[in-house]
Amino acid sequence: MNETLELLLAAPFWAAVLRIATPLILGTLGVLLCERAGVLNLGIEGIMVAGAFAGWLAVYDGAALWSGVAVAALAGAAFGLLHGLLTVVLSLSQHVSGLGITLLATSLASYAYRVGFPKVDSPPTIQPFAPMAWLPVPVLNTQTPLTLLALLLVPAIGYLLYGTPLGLALRTVGENPAAAEGQGLSVARLRIGAVVAGSALMGVAGAFLTLAAFNAFYFNMVNGRGWVCVALVVFASWRPGKALLGALLFAFFDALQLRLQQSGNGVFGVELPYQAYLMLPYAMAIVALVVVARRAAYPQALMKAYRKGER
Amino acid sequence: MRLERRAATPPALLFAAPLLAVAFTLAITSLLVAAADAPVGRAYALLLEGGFGSRFAITETLTRATPLIFTGLAAAVAFRAQLFNIGAEGQLYAGALAAVAVGGLHGGSGLGAPAWLLFPLMMMAAALAGALLLLGPALLKSRLGVDEVVTTLLLNFIVLLAVSAMLDGPMKDPSAMGWPQSVALQDSLQLSRLVERGRVHSGLPAVLVLAVALWALLKFTTLGFEIRAVGANPRAARFAGMPVGAVGVKAALLSGALAGLAGAVEVAGRTGYVTLDMSPGYGYSGIVIAMLAMLNPLGVVAAAVFVAGMLVGADSMSRAVTVPTYIADVIVAVALIAMLVATMFTQYRIRR
Repeated sequence: MNETLELLLAAPFWAAVLRIATPLILGTLGVLLCERAGVLNLGIEGIMVAGAFAGWLAVYDGAALWSGVAVAALAGAAFGLLHGLLTVVLSLSQHVSGLGITLLATSLASYAYRVGFPKVDSPPTIQPFAPMAWLPVPVLNTQTPLTLLALLLVPAIGYLLYGTPLGLALRTVGENPAAAEGQGLSVARLRIGAVVAGSALMGVAGAFLTLAAFNAFYFNMVNGRGWVCVALVVFASWRPGKALLGALLFAFFDALQLRLQQSGNGVFGVELPYQAYLMLPYAMAIVALVVVARRAAYPQALMKAYRKGER
Repeated sequence: MRLERRAATPPALLFAAPLLAVAFTLAITSLLVAAADAPVGRAYALLLEGGFGSRFAITETLTRATPLIFTGLAAAVAFRAQLFNIGAEGQLYAGALAAVAVGGLHGGSGLGAPAWLLFPLMMMAAALAGALLLLGPALLKSRLGVDEVVTTLLLNFIVLLAVSAMLDGPMKDPSAMGWPQSVALQDSLQLSRLVERGRVHSGLPAVLVLAVALWALLKFTTLGFEIRAVGANPRAARFAGMPVGAVGVKAALLSGALAGLAGAVEVAGRTGYVTLDMSPGYGYSGIVIAMLAMLNPLGVVAAAVFVAGMLVGADSMSRAVTVPTYIADVIVAVALIAMLVATMFTQYRIRR
């Protein structure tokens, strides 16, 4: 047990936590923006795949790393715009449209990858973001600039939502669109804007995987991270600060299971199959949802289409 | 611009909407085929031929459609009750594992019971495994208000890991030379082939009967009426005195059982044992199929055959021209979105 404690106090462990948390922070903030405006976005899983692919492809074709991030954001925004048009303008079911977007984005990315690289045995690689070794902060100096960006976005989005008129407007269309309309706000524009911006963040979350965490594009690399973000937003009661906390907590369990797997000592002397460790983060996400369920303060108009003049 | 509900749908529109959706899908995806430097017309001809053009193609498509009809029905009945069961993939694997647990372990002698007893036990175990797996999220939804989309999605990952652990451990086939696959199902429990030189098996007629039965259940029975009422408007259903929570749970049991059976029928009809790649996302495709079918059980059959034909056709097309097989997934995704939009315009119109 002492060994485990030592491991938990060591800097490499916390570096791993931050690295695992980064795409979750970005994705969760993205979901949070969409849902605060009243739109569920189950497209996240596919949008992350598309972002991962688009960002990687841009860099592979010679673009700078940050241009790759921008391309990933644009790809995310494009799918967000489609989701916005389908759910806000056409009032289609948010569940169904989101799943459709995930299917579309995933299959388009896979298709484009295979068209571009029909016969490759090992995926082509790029030179990913380097850690910010110049930063005088321990643990953080092992991370790439994208992690810093994710951490800075938390207070930024908090300020946007709670400190600006735009944020108030966004929250209003998510709680009571009719009242927002009465204030002269355009529900449709605000909602579509939020979904586009949130989806851009999801695209960047995906790009972190190909441009920082790894150096190539793999088909199953997102592997449920998008769905985890949807759970984390509920856990976070739709607040950016708590979203950061939730992402770190989830990443903590993920890093922990990796270490426990590697240590080979089992848990309290009991040897478990490695799959049991891999299950831990997913199980924790479900447990977290159940724990907060009673006091989950869903945005009141979440998943409710708004049609002008219709009650 | 705003949308206004139509008082009545012109019959011509009802007919034209799906055709327009298909035309739109073909137009979009032909751009992608062209982007892969392939001749568009030839590629589509090969796709159709590969999916439906020969006796072999048709039997392969129907074989592929069989599990898809199961998962499509599973999604349709749950979605009808506004229970968004995205966990059919996990339920399918749970059913497959349960089937092998009853009919495959113990050195190939089963539980020492004759096949006529073991077969129904095996199917019941699979249905039960799928149903129980969805029961948790359904109860969490009705009791605590936990969103079932996320719980069922996350459960898929947990179940797949559990199956992987079983295939490495207690249910591993010792003669598979380290390959992670389960012990094989007894020969006497395998489903019979319907035609010579084809893999299509008796799971197909069975699931067709189930589709009709589910259609009748939704249309003619009290439970079916309750499921539809709860799905259309839970508040109104509660006001009318319906046990909304209990109806949701019943729909969940039905849905999970159907998805579990998908796994058992795949094992008994096609693979003979469980592997981690036995389902290339049949559970997720089921959702799309249910949506394409507008949640109608009979429509599910047609939609599943369409999707299966695209998948099988794309496989054979990609061998002839330079179009990746993923084109099938793109076609299905675009068709889904186009269908949703087309359906919406049969109910609404644009007003300035």
